[in-house]
Amino acid sequence: MGKIEDLETINGEGYQLTTLDKAIALARANSVWPLPFATSCCGIEFMATMGSAYDLSRFGMERMSFTPRQADLLIVAGTISKKLGPVLKRVYEQMAEPKWVLSVGACACSGGIFDTYSVLQGIDRIIPVDVYVPGCPPRPEQIIEGVMNIHELVKKESNRRRYSEEYKHLMDTYQIDIDQHGEAK
Amino acid sequence: MSQDLKDVIQAADPANVATINFGPTHPSTHGIFQNILKVDGEKIISSEQTVGYIHRAFEKLAERRPYNQITPITDRLNYCSSPINNIGWEMTVEKLIGVDIPKRVQYMRVIIMELARIADHLICNSVIGVDAGALTSFFYPFSEREKIYELYEELSGARLTTNMGRIGGFERDFTPVFHEKLKSFLKTFPKAFEEFDSMLARNRIFMDRTKGAGPISAERALSYSFSGPNLRAAGVDYDVRAMNPYSSYEDFDFIIPVGVNGDTYDRFMVRQEEIRQSLRIITQAYNNLPEGDYKADLPDFYLPAKADVYNNMEALIYHFKIIMGETELPVGEVYHAVEGGNGELGYYLISDGGRTPYRLQFRRPCFIYYQAYPEMIKGLPISDAVLTLSSINVIAGELDA
Amino acid sequence: MEKQNNQEYLTAIQAAFGADVLAHEEAFGMLNVELTPARIHDAIAWLQQHQDLSVNYLTNIAGIHYPESEGREFAVVYQLHSWKNNLRLRIKGYLPKENLHIASITDLFAGANWMERETYDFFGIIFDGHPDLRRILNMDDMDYFPMRKEYVLEDATREDKDDRFFGRNNNEL
Repeated sequence: MGKIEDLETINGEGYQLTTLDKAIALARANSVWPLPFATSCCGIEFMATMGSAYDLSRFGMERMSFTPRQADLLIVAGTISKKLGPVLKRVYEQMAEPKWVLSVGACACSGGIFDTYSVLQGIDRIIPVDVYVPGCPPRPEQIIEGVMNIHELVKKESNRRRYSEEYKHLMDTYQIDIDQHGEAK
Repeated sequence: MSQDLKDVIQAADPANVATINFGPTHPSTHGIFQNILKVDGEKIISSEQTVGYIHRAFEKLAERRPYNQITPITDRLNYCSSPINNIGWEMTVEKLIGVDIPKRVQYMRVIIMELARIADHLICNSVIGVDAGALTSFFYPFSEREKIYELYEELSGARLTTNMGRIGGFERDFTPVFHEKLKSFLKTFPKAFEEFDSMLARNRIFMDRTKGAGPISAERALSYSFSGPNLRAAGVDYDVRAMNPYSSYEDFDFIIPVGVNGDTYDRFMVRQEEIRQSLRIITQAYNNLPEGDYKADLPDFYLPAKADVYNNMEALIYHFKIIMGETELPVGEVYHAVEGGNGELGYYLISDGGRTPYRLQFRRPCFIYYQAYPEMIKGLPISDAVLTLSSINVIAGELDA
Repeated sequence: MEKQNNQEYLTAIQAAFGADVLAHEEAFGMLNVELTPARIHDAIAWLQQHQDLSVNYLTNIAGIHYPESEGREFAVVYQLHSWKNNLRLRIKGYLPKENLHIASITDLFAGANWMERETYDFFGIIFDGHPDLRRILNMDDMDYFPMRKEYVLEDATREDKDDRFFGRNNNEL
């Protein structure tokens, strides 16, 4: 669990001060709700990561959110074909801000060994990705490391990121229309 | 179709019929496939399937790859039991080139394939438990399953996509750690498994939920070319291991369990019993493991040891020939089938003598039996459709190739 | 009753279908019979009904493309299994590329439905009488049949596999 001591604070007798941003970031990082978009082999390794031996719930992530509306982290584990691409994009658009994307496995990162007519060569062609986990499939330890990297990002990310010009520009490159709150229309 | 069911379907008032999307991303599809259900209240009137969401063009890919590079593709067919796929493919090539495999290799293969079958059935049955609302039945067997992964790791270095074995045998012999871990697995697994079994098999809630869910008759199952546990649950005792024994299966004493109704409960029970039988086979094979080499004498296909490649001219030449695909291959058509986790997993290989197959078709049991799903869930509530889907164990990699 | 073997199957098929048996061979212990495509549906139905032969199980249907052999560019292969005699058998029909029609066997085996759809999807072979012949694995709007030999495997949108990056400079840099 995240400790309050991790925060940069001003301490005095009987009080402790920090910025709202940092307090929120700490809370967020320790309760990331993942949406497992598991399509193939990597999905089985993701199940092992959730299982008792590796236990993802140590990090406040045992609540699998199968509805995109209540999810913070989209975990794309497995091959995404061209047929599935639009579905994945729709799921991403339905997620509420703030949201992060973890791409698990060679197929999701780059198409992997499947350089074929039917496979999307990396999900970053349709949605922005925050952390890539290579491997075919990656071991659960690797997936956990990817999740840890997501936590670092979550802790550092500004609450106002979605209002920034850079964010709008990023979404523009993926042809995702966003409203003034950064939510996909 | 029963008379009740006909009444339900005829009585469906078009105004009450709703169309809902079951998938492509639904927590209980356990993979990506879509079913568009037409429902009257809770009852399913009809459904339409869409598959192909993770179509990866295995067959086209196989036409571009030398034979030993196809083994990694087969990993990704039914990834819950990759070693069966790997070994099935290797046996297909061995059939084409006509080679005698040492008895020890055959027994080693049987041990690995039966471990894979246990791993496959454990996933399926624990997920049936999850879909019936019992999450413990997922966490508990999964820690046992990790032990099977550790055994794979000893032999191949990988957990899931094992690329196990080579054409002609194994890449290495059973290591001392493997022996140790297998012995302890054989000792501890049966107890843990029986505990898992006692959680569900005679559990009143589970039985009420699964009995009568998604039944199929033996005649329809045969017409749909079902195979594997799903066919056996319908009461037909077809098993490739017994019908066309390969890899010395004829040496072992095992039972082919069959069900009666072909419903979810029967499928669950058939898989449970198959796990017990697999354990029996492993014990027999392990206790009688013959002495000998862990690979056939097959220099044209079996990569020489790396140390030899550096120090020995002949080994270097073979290494080069294998890697560059310069090996002479017979021309012909071979079909070889193994009993995979989900049924008859076949490889139809056409060789024109070139370095890659001219055509390689996988007979993928999932793909063939999943088409019966609309028939199986007709007239049932949606919750039963969910259970039926998890109990026929549709693996997306195998379904979509 | 004695179990039947390949030879007896062949003799029976030849007796029943005479001139329609165009070729036959035994490949790795499995009987291959080539029939006139128009008669394949009848032959499979006959094999299925036959008391002694009793071919009761459809293992799979495969398409093959032979672009080199003129007039016989496409093959449809039915692998069948008789459990009574534990005998597998292959029925083949060759089609010219101008006329890719063959009768569907969905009325004999329900499981043929998706197998035929897959063959259509990959090779464009049209199964007459199929209840719902659509693409199955690929996208509906795909405009070619990917398993035909003339089409490339690779994804066309990859840029990092450009020959120029590997020092193989064919055209302009």
